[in-house]
Order: sequence, then structure tokens, then C-alpha cells
Amino acid sequence: MGKTLFDKVWDSHVVNSIADGPDQLYIDCHYCHEVTSPQAFDGLRKRGLKVFRPDRTTCSPDHNIPTKNQHLPIKDETSRLPVETLSRNAEEFGLTIFPLCHPGNGIIHVIGPEQGFTQPGMTIVCGDSHTSTHGAMGAIAFGIGTSEIEMVLATQCVLQPKPKSMRININGKLNHGVTAKDIALYLISKLGTGGATGYFVEYAGDAIRNLNMEQRMTLCNLSIEMGARGGMIAPDNITFEYLKDKPNAPKGENWEKALEYWKSLPSDEDAVFDCEVSFRAEDIEPRITFGTNPGMGIGISEKIPLAPEESAAKISYIKALDYMKFKEGESLEGKPVDYVFLGSCTNGRLEDFRAFASIVKGKQKAPNIVAWLVPGSQQVRKQIIEEGLDKILEEAGFELREPGCSACLAMNDDKVPEGKLCVSTSNRNFEGRQGPGARTILAGPLVAAATSITGVLTDPRKIKS
Amino acid sequence: MERKFNILRSTAVPLPIENVDTDQIIPARFLKSTSKEGFGNNLFRDWRYDANNNPVKDFVLNNPKYSGSILVAGKNFGCGSSREHAAWAIADYGFKAVISSFFADIHKNNELNNFVLPVVVSDKFLKSLFKSIDNDPATMITIDLPNQIVINEATGEKEHFDISPYKKECLMEGLDDIEYLLKNKKAIEKFETERAEKWN
Repeated sequence: MGKTLFDKVWDSHVVNSIADGPDQLYIDCHYCHEVTSPQAFDGLRKRGLKVFRPDRTTCSPDHNIPTKNQHLPIKDETSRLPVETLSRNAEEFGLTIFPLCHPGNGIIHVIGPEQGFTQPGMTIVCGDSHTSTHGAMGAIAFGIGTSEIEMVLATQCVLQPKPKSMRININGKLNHGVTAKDIALYLISKLGTGGATGYFVEYAGDAIRNLNMEQRMTLCNLSIEMGARGGMIAPDNITFEYLKDKPNAPKGENWEKALEYWKSLPSDEDAVFDCEVSFRAEDIEPRITFGTNPGMGIGISEKIPLAPEESAAKISYIKALDYMKFKEGESLEGKPVDYVFLGSCTNGRLEDFRAFASIVKGKQKAPNIVAWLVPGSQQVRKQIIEEGLDKILEEAGFELREPGCSACLAMNDDKVPEGKLCVSTSNRNFEGRQGPGARTILAGPLVAAATSITGVLTDPRKIKS
Repeated sequence: MERKFNILRSTAVPLPIENVDTDQIIPARFLKSTSKEGFGNNLFRDWRYDANNNPVKDFVLNNPKYSGSILVAGKNFGCGSSREHAAWAIADYGFKAVISSFFADIHKNNELNNFVLPVVVSDKFLKSLFKSIDNDPATMITIDLPNQIVINEATGEKEHFDISPYKKECLMEGLDDIEYLLKNKKAIEKFETERAEKWN
């Protein structure tokens, strides 16, 4: 029987299998940010250990950093402390770091691929659930807890039970106005927030093959929102083209050697998955969420479904709608919106800013909208400026901020005030995620852009360019 | 922190809500501490306290009827962010076990790594447990790790739960994964050497 992409990568990284227990998995690449790592470094110090393979860890502060005036000291002391702690830890343990204001700084899941650290066939971990992003390159990438960060720092390994495999096929041609974000939100609402728990997903089918790398990253990024350990896409020419000139990609003879290996990674034709589901690209329209988890989503032209019959599910459903101040059977198109957030490890790449700019070009931001446009990294910001997108945004009344996680989880100053409604290109609409009492509608960059010029929730297909 | 887990007999705190995400268990604004201590004070912060920091009377942690070292929660507990702070908060508050019909993967690992036992039961058992606690908050629950059995003492219902033999031993002996890995460093170095040879 043939092997899946996932099996090929996983099996080649097993150092040891514990009988009736987890596998000891070797980790090629470890990313580190300031929120989940300090206690792991403390653990090393307490045990008197060094980092086992310092060249395999890369650090970047991202969650707590301000998106304005980054050259000044961080005002909020509680945010400054973890950022400074990461720098101190990187120095003490001899790790690569892209500190605040460095041209390589940004959200760890944006800078990993753009620096070429993320490569096909690798095992990649980070103390962050959106590590699944890196699966877009054909890597096994998943989020871990702080105890596991300590294990990776100390031994370059984690102990993990091998997940089951799931293939999600999407064939056909995507409709106009549909982005990778819409595909992901569609899948999460079909499968549910726990629908892929215990599985590692491979995305396949021609609609996936036709996505560029940044779109693939958006899709894989959201794998965790359906519970999957991670999501991955077989490496192909689009992957190799993207990676070729990145600073840390293999060069010369090593590139050729690597390429040969990477080409052997796609799932064999006779490979069998524990679970396989298929969807039609044509069935997907621009998506929005209406509740307090990413699975509570609808097509933008649809109405909020009625509550489920079953009592436990019904209690949770009603609680979510009460929080959002929405009603069953209600349509959200035309609903007044207060905030728009473009950014995060989900939608903070150049591709997303291009999409946003394509809608707002020559128009004006609605006066009732507060818009936060936050690039995922310094490099994305630089690309935006080089392409002149910043001018388009500025003329339409928008301001480009400095990079970071920002309003995705509001650990810095970018908090949506209580009760305000935000159309957000980020990944989670949990209660209080964007600030205590904040109400979040998740959407792609086109919906966010259309909404920001009309001031009400708007289908981007209805905006005339 | 008591690391060894054997048999736990306790009353429980019921949280009959599905898809409880780790942002609810511990909101992001409380993740700025660089230590592992004190997170229990902010466990379920925004459900437990209102905007003026007054306790929300209806919330189970503020209801004197409910107490104990077991949390019983709706399905898909711990979904969302990988923050281990959620497991630290649960442990720091004093819970030693969480019972649900379904756990999110990363959070489940985080609980195990902090010697909190996630007990997966059937939907039917969970429903009955919520009903028993609702009828009588003094309902006792026994979690017998050596025999992998959970008992609702109000109804006498018993159910077997799964845990890998490796993790079971870790919990019963109070051992963590890093101790296992550190003992295994030679195998890691050998793996690295063999792989490097294959590439050159």
C-alpha cells in the first residue's frame, strides 16, 4: 500500500516509538514567540540545561508588540516584559531572533516562510496553534504547549501520538470573489470546530492546486479551527518557485538534491486515508461567521440558521447569539459595522493587501468605520510600499500600521471596545478575543474591504470597481 | 503541585457548555506573566467576573453549591489556542481532572503534561452526570486511574476510559516527558548522524 504525504514526513522523523504510547518525533524547525516561551526557558535554567540545537530555533516577538511607533519603548509594561524576556532568552541560549523594528520582524508564521526557514518535508513546531500555516509548504507543522517547547529546546524532540489522516478534496473552479479564507470558513462550518480533531489533514484537488503559496498558507493556517492537528498541501512547482530565492532555502547543488527529495513527497496514488471528504469549489461563496466559534459560519447571502434541537448544543448556540446580539433567521448583510481589521497570521500577507486594495481603490472609507490595516511582517509592509498599495490605501482614507498580531487577540493596544462589531480577517471569533465584550465577524479580505467603504456588512461582489 | 495521580473521589463543578475555548479558560490579556503561577485567579475570568470585576453570581465557580477537584464540561473542551496557561489555570485553581465527551488535542496534551487527567466519557455518561450534579451538587464521582474507570456514584453508572499506557504510567509515577527524552539523548544524536549521512 502506498504512503500519504503525511506518513512519509512523519515516519522519516520518528526517532523511537514507545510501545503503546506516543512517537518520539524529531523536530527540524522550531519557532518561538514571547507569550508561550518564557516558562520553557525557565524550565531549562532550573534543570541546568542548554538548548540542544540552537540553530534550529528562530524567535520573533509578535503578540504583544504595538502597531504604531515601534521605534519607541513599549509603553505597556506588561507587554514590554515578555518582549524583553524573549530577547534576553535568545541571547542567553544563542538563538536567532528578529527583534522589534528589525527588517525581518513580524508574526512568526509570516516570517518563517518568507525567510525560507519553512521547507517541504520538515517537521515544524511552535507554541502557537496557528503553526499549521507552515503545512502549506508540504511540512508537518503543528502547535504545542509550553512543556513541549521545553522538550524541543532541551532535546529537539517531542512525544506525540501519531494522528490519523484525513484528505479533503476540493475540485472545480472557485467563484469570483471567493478567497482561500472563504474556503477555510466553508470547511470549518461543514466539519465543525471539532470535526477534524485527532486528524492531520491533507488538502487536495484542483481548486487547491491552483492556489498560490500565500493562499495555501491562509487555508492551512485555519486547519486548527476545525480541530485538526495540522493541515498540509503536497509540494509542487508553485511551492518550489516560492521557496527558490528565499534567504534560508538550500542553494546550488543542495537545492537540486532537496528538490529531488521534495518531489518524492506527494501522497502515492494508492495511499489510503483514515477519512476522506470531498467538496465542490462552485458551492463556496464569500463567507462570514455569526457566532462565537469559527464553525458558526454562513455564506454572506444566507440567513443565520435556527438553533439546533439537541439541548446541550442549543444552550451553547443561544448563548453565542446572545453574545453577538444577533437573532436566528436574521440576515447580516447591511448590518452596521464599527471596526474592520485586516491582518494576522491568517490574512496579513501581501496577497491579502492586494485583495483589499483592489476593492477600495478610488473609493473612500466609510466615516463610521475604524480600520486597522496591519501587515504580517516588516517585509510585507515593505512590499506593500514598493507596490504602491500604501498610496491606494492612503487615498481611500486608510492608514497602514506596523506589523504584529494586533487585534487578532488584542494583547497590545489594538482592542475592539465592548459591544462594538468588528469584521475581522483573523482566525477566531471567540467571546472577548478582540477585547472584552468585542463582537467579531470573521471574513476574508474582500468582505472586509467592501464593508470598510460602505460601513455595513457588504458582499464584495456587489461593489463596482 | 501534586504530580502523582491514582484514585480521585470528589464532587464536581459542572460546566454544561460545548466548545469551551482556551480564550474563555484564560483570556489573552492574562498571558503576559512570564511565570507559571497564579493563573487560577483568572480561570474563566470573563464568565466569572463582570466588567467591574464583580463576581457573576450565576457562574458555577461563584456558586457555593458547587465545589470539588473535578470539572465536568461540554464536548470539545479546550479548543482554540495552544496556550498551556489554560492548563496551568485549571491546575492552579485546584482541579485535578476534567471530564468531557471530547477534548481538543493540544489542550488535552497540555493537561496531561501538568498532571491534570482529561477523562473522555460517552455523550450518554456525560449527560447523566450533568443531570446527577444538577439534582444533587454533592454527587460524588470516582476516577480510578489504575483501572481506568469513572463512576457516577449517584446512579452507580460506571464507564471505562482510554489513556495510553505510557501516559498512565507518567501520571501514576509523577514523571514528565522531558525526563524520558533526556534519558534518550544518545538515540537522538544517532538519528541526526544517520540522517546527515543520507544527505551527503
